This record gives sequence, C-alpha cells and structure tokens, in this order.
Amino acid sequence: MTNPDPISVFRTEAAELLEQIESGLLDLTRSLDDRDRIDAVFRGLHTLKGSGAMFGFDALAAFTHHCETAFDRVRKGDVPATHELVSAVLSAQDHMRALLETPNGDHDALSAALLDNLHRAVDGKGSAAAAAAPVAGASETAAAAIAAPAAGALREWRIRFSLPANAMANGTNPLGLLDEMRELGDCRIVADTARVPDLAALDPRDIHLAWNVTLKTDRPRSDIEDVFIFVMDEMELDIAEAAGEDASAAPAAASAPAGAPMAKAVVVTEREAPAVQAANDARQAKSAENVRVPAERLDEMMDRVGELVIAQSRLTQLAGTAADLGLRSVSEEIERLSGELRDTMMVLRMMPVASLFSRFRRLVHDLSRETGKEIELITEGETTEVDKTVIDRLADPLVHLVRNSIDHGLERPDERIAAGKAARGQVVLSAHQTGGEVIITIKDDGRGIDRERVRAKAEASGLVQPDQALADQELLQLIFQPGFSTAQAVTNLSGRGVGMDVVKKTVEALRGTIDIASRPGEGSQVSLRIPLTLAIIDGLLVRVGTGCYVIPLSAVEECLELSLEDDLRSRGRSFISLRDSLVPFLRLRELFRTGTTPDPHQKVVVISTGAERVGLVVDQIIGDHQTVIKSMSKLHHDVATFSGATILGDGSVALILDVTHLVAAGQHQEAQLRAAG
Amino acid sequence: MSEAARKIDHNTTWSETDELSVLTFNLNGETFAIEAIVVQEILDLLPETHVPGSKPYVSSVINFRGKVIPLADIRLAFGMDATDTTIDSRIIVIELDLDDEPTLIGLRTDKVYEVTTLQKVASEPPPSVGMRWRPDYINCLVKRGGEFIIIPNMHAIFSSQKERNATAQSPN
Repeated sequence: MTNPDPISVFRTEAAELLEQIESGLLDLTRSLDDRDRIDAVFRGLHTLKGSGAMFGFDALAAFTHHCETAFDRVRKGDVPATHELVSAVLSAQDHMRALLETPNGDHDALSAALLDNLHRAVDGKGSAAAAAAPVAGASETAAAAIAAPAAGALREWRIRFSLPANAMANGTNPLGLLDEMRELGDCRIVADTARVPDLAALDPRDIHLAWNVTLKTDRPRSDIEDVFIFVMDEMELDIAEAAGEDASAAPAAASAPAGAPMAKAVVVTEREAPAVQAANDARQAKSAENVRVPAERLDEMMDRVGELVIAQSRLTQLAGTAADLGLRSVSEEIERLSGELRDTMMVLRMMPVASLFSRFRRLVHDLSRETGKEIELITEGETTEVDKTVIDRLADPLVHLVRNSIDHGLERPDERIAAGKAARGQVVLSAHQTGGEVIITIKDDGRGIDRERVRAKAEASGLVQPDQALADQELLQLIFQPGFSTAQAVTNLSGRGVGMDVVKKTVEALRGTIDIASRPGEGSQVSLRIPLTLAIIDGLLVRVGTGCYVIPLSAVEECLELSLEDDLRSRGRSFISLRDSLVPFLRLRELFRTGTTPDPHQKVVVISTGAERVGLVVDQIIGDHQTVIKSMSKLHHDVATFSGATILGDGSVALILDVTHLVAAGQHQEAQLRAAG
Repeated sequence: MSEAARKIDHNTTWSETDELSVLTFNLNGETFAIEAIVVQEILDLLPETHVPGSKPYVSSVINFRGKVIPLADIRLAFGMDATDTTIDSRIIVIELDLDDEPTLIGLRTDKVYEVTTLQKVASEPPPSVGMRWRPDYINCLVKRGGEFIIIPNMHAIFSSQKERNATAQSPN
C-alpha cells in the first residue's frame, strides 16, 4: 500500500470522531446526567481538537476548544447538562464538519454565532456558582473562580516540564506547546540543557531538553494544564503558582491562598489522566478491530476466490477418476478449504445495518425539534448484516421513508392525546433476515395513510377514474406513482412529490420489493425486502436442451411435472391448471431455440413476476445453487432475457434468467407466432 | 464508419514508428493480424455457453479466469462460414476499449501463427472494389511474402451495432 496522505487519514479519523460525538450527544438527550456519556463526548471533542491542531486545522481546533470547554464544565459538575447545551453542541458539531471539509473557507461569522449560542446555553442555565463567576471567565471552572483571586488579576505560574525522549516520533511538537503557552500570557521560557548528551551520543530525533517557564496570566490553572493534555500521562509536569512576586517561592512552599487551586489541580490531573488513557486505549483497540480496505480490492479477491473454487472443482473431478488415494485426500482438503474461503469472502462485504440506522437518530432528533412532535426512535435488529452496497444505496430511500413517517404519519402531541395515544410518537426501524433476504421495516404509530386523500389526489392528477374500484393495496401503491404527494403544504421535510417513486425505483434496482400496510388511526408500516447481497444469488439450476440456466430462487414459487396431456394439449393453449387457477407457461426450449428434442419428463417451474404467475418448461431441474453473479459484457447488453451469468462447479458458464424480461420476450414471441398464423 | 474516420484509424495504428508488432492468425484460410499489445492470452478451446437471442457473431460466452467474457466469431462479420473446430483451433483473448470501458473479448481462430513485425511501407488501405467484405471492418492490408495479411478494425466490428443492423435490414 502506498503511504496514505496524513491529512486524509486525519479527515477519516475526524469524521469518525464526529460520529462518535454525535451519537454520544444523542444518547445524552435521553439521559442527561449520564456521566459516562458526558465523558465520552468530552474525550471525543478533546481528541478532535488535539489532532486537528496537529494537522493544521487551526480553525477547527480553536472552535472545538470552546465546545470542549463547555463540556469540561459539565463534566466537572459546574453546570448541568441541558437540552439546550446538547443542541448547541450538536449544531456546533455540524459546523466542525464544515471546518473539517473546507478549512480555509470563511466560517468566522457562523463560528461566532454558534459560540454565542453555546455560551448562552452554558451560562443561561448555569449554576449559582457559575453565575457568580465574572462573564470574562466563561471558560473558567467555577470552582477555580471561587478559590482564585478575582478574575483578571495576573498571577504568576512556574511551570517546569520535560517530554519523553521519543515524544517527537508520536507527533508532539514542543514548539507548539511553547506557542500555546505564549498565547496564555506573558511568558519567559528557559530551556534546561542539563540532560543534553555529548554530540556522539546525541540522537537528533529525541528530545533532551526540559523547559522552565514563568508565565504571567489571568487564566486559571486548568488552561495551563490543557496545553499539555495530550502528553500529560507521559511527561513530567510541574505547575506551581509563584506567591506574589516572591521568586523564591518554591512549588512545595504553597501558601494558603495558592493551596486550594493546587489541591484541586492534583485531583483534576488524576482524574484526567485515566480519561486520556482510556481514550487512547479505546482508539488503539478500535484500530486493531477494523482495517480499511477499498471495495474494489475485495471484488478482486472475490474474483480470485471464484477462480480458485473452479480450479478446485476440476481438481476434484480429476482426483475422482484417479486411483491415487493421496491425491484424493489432498483434493478433499482443498475442497474444504476453498469452500471455507469462499464463505469467509462472502461475509467480508457484509456490514451490520447498525451503521445505516445510527444516522437516523440525528435525523429524528432534528425533525422532532423542527416539527414540535415528540418522537421516539426505536431500532431493532441492528446486527443484521447486509452487503455494503445495499447499505449505501438504501440510505437515501430510508431517510425519505422516516421523514414521511414523521411528517405525514405522526400527529402533534395534542392530537395524539385527543386520540387516546401517548403524547410521544414512535417510529420503529427494524431489520431482520429471512432466508436470502433482509426485511427492513419502518413503522410508526401515527394516523395512518388517509385513503380518501390519496384517492382524491389520484383522481385530481388523473391516475384513477372517479368511479374506478380499487383494492386497498392498489390504492396504497398509488403513493409510489411519480409526482404523488398528499401533503397539503410543501414543507421543509417532505411533500415535494419527489421521493416515493424514487424510493421504489431504488429498491427495485436492488432486486428488492416494497410493501406498504396502514391502518387508519393506528399507523403505517413500510417493508423493504432486499436480497442480502448483490454479488451472490440463490438460484435454481435447470437444464434446457444442453444448456444450464439459473432461475433466481426468490422468484420461484413451485416446481411440478408437465403432464403428458398438458403437453399435448398445449398446441392450442399453453397453460396448466394449478389448484384451480390457470397458469400460462413458456417452453424455454422453444424460446431459446435449442433445437433439441424434449426430455420425456419435462418440468414446470412456476415463477411469479409481480402479480403474475408464469410456468417455465425446462428439461431437468438440477437443484438449488448459490452462486456469484458475473455481469454480462457490453456485447450482450442487448440480450435482456439474462441478468447475468455465473460459473458452475465444472468451470462452465450458466446464464441467469431475468424473469420479468423473459416473460416479456415470451409474450413477444407468441405474438409473432400468432401473427404468422 | 466514414472514409475520413477510417483514414484516421489507419494512421493511428501506425503511430510514430513505421513498424507494428502483431499476432497473426488464420481464419478460413486468410491470414489476419491484430496488434500484439491488445492480446491478453491465447487459449485452447474452452467449453462455451450459448447465449440465446444474441447476435450471431457473439453467440456465446466463456469462462476466462473467473470472468464471463463473450466469444466472438469475426468470420461471421466477414461473411465467412463458421467451420468446425480442429486441433489447431485457438481462442485469442483481446482487450478493447468499447465506449471507454476496457472489455475482454475472446476471438475464435482456426490457427494462431506467430508474433511478428509488419512494415508500414508494405501496407495499403483496403481497396474500394474487389472485396466482398465491408471495407470499414478492415484497417489495412499488409503485403508479406506473396500474400496479404488483413488487419481488421476491431473497434468498427464490435462497436458499430446500429450501423450493422441498418445494413442487415437493407435489401443487399
């Protein structure tokens, strides 16, 4: 692998951090005084600030600093966590994302506005102690403010610090630390060269210096400690307040007024060190768990594994005919290994839907504030795994469906109470796997789909005739028509009439289906059935003439034998009666012009395409077959009856039938036959 | 393809150098050559899978190292008869840019000869009369020894579907 660009690595990492912060914040909205969550958010902000500064995202670091400070106060219990604060930080966090993406853009005005908001959120609900603290000390801890002399008075601090020898290798730049201290106030820095070795023994990559700093500042001790927060657990740091102008006041000689902040500082340090340590540990653990791999490499590997499996099946065939026992045992071993390898490979592309669901918590939180509806989002089955492509492509449709549920489905709290429901509406997002499909449902307990409005709207736009009878399901399906919207007014959320048809198209492009159910006054439910993966298909392998074909198992309803009388009778009519309903059938042998004589016992595979059931007459049903889908080349794009191809165990290629197109092609051929007489 | 476009094609094939490295092969007794640079691999015959409903000259697919690629018979594009396979029959796998997308195509051949170098001075654009083959399918003819080697224009053969359909429907 080439060396990754450190900036882009930081961006990815920062994006992850922001996600963690966001989910932490959202968790906080549920339990405002959860200390673990507060700490997690603080740590996230803190890491973001630090690494941002390290990679030159100064605006980001500066901005994040303020949020961090606010959370620091919450963490220390000076101010309570409030919904206002969480919201302020949430919107601030969006701004951080912008700062991350365009570090050089003009963000100053927005930054200032957001910070103003943030400070109001912190101070407006501040404790009595915080309120007593002067406004200038917004970033000051209240306890320090009480113990310390009046804010604004200059105090002199003596700081001595030395870094571990290898600190520079970890990205710590002592110059940055010194610069940060200079920003705090008037600073006198003296380097202590006592530990610098002889030139011969000197390793230029190590740090041998220690520094003595005399700092005059009106800022509290915690601000000084903040400078070192990233290196604190490895470095030696000694901060002491010089009593007045008395230079001889050694750190140990703590006079009474200086003692209080000192003691406090020690406590803080002890508490902070494990926190930072924990954050580091968490990061390390994380990097050990996940490896980022470009998707095309996975695809390449998938191809290789496919080749291996084919080569292996040829080996098995060879070994089967050979008498050599040793060869056979090796071949069996390889068969097992390559089978396992293929299974592992298939799983590699799978991701839990949790990554898809997690983004909805924010959406619901925002929508809840925007619409004034109380909403509870419940997610179920988050560990269900789906192909990554499916997750990527489902994100937008799901956003739309959730918005629809909230905007159209859920009622306002007063309406809900009037209807005898809990004031808080529920949106349930669930996923579960059945066979080769995953079913994702979005369910709300709102007012349900208003059939009359749907009908009125459909009539107005000419989709149905005024007196046309429609089954309930047909009526509901109308909302998937392009340009259909029942929202009386176009809102920010939905009702632009784009969407449901796009949702349906996306789901169908994923070879999935969409169902809708709704009870007036009780809520609606939209279910998406999506195949687990786009790369693998469960199919029924059949033989027509000399060729093998795969029929997607999801379309297959049942298989039966074509009786002789049905076969003979079918000159005039091509349908069989199946449990009192007529099912037309197509002879694939004729459709594919195989030119072979039919097998004595032909089979009918009954498939369903949407509402229709069609029988396909094949010569032999070989069995079910899980297979990797290969796309057809450009030269065969005009052949619509096949959606792809797959490679069988013996290395030969079988074509995968596109059931919908196949039926259409069959109709076309029959029309031609009829025309020819 | 227009006359002018063909000229350009003819010139690009013989880029700056006056020589062209090609792979020569036999189709129905005629010697053809394709640029060696587009050739991926020469294969023995593989099991083929017929694709019902496809165009006759790309009527089947083969499994080439785990990829499903079309197997083309350019004899049909040149109006030759498809002959039975012999012990010398081979498949040449080439990579072509079709609509800016690299596409692997297998070519059925009766015999593969050698990789050789052709001289530009010996080349001629296809004559406008005296050929039953569509002139735009031929890049140029190269004299060597007492015979002509045909350099077919693969892009024209594989990407001019609409044009071909139009000519197929016209009376002649």
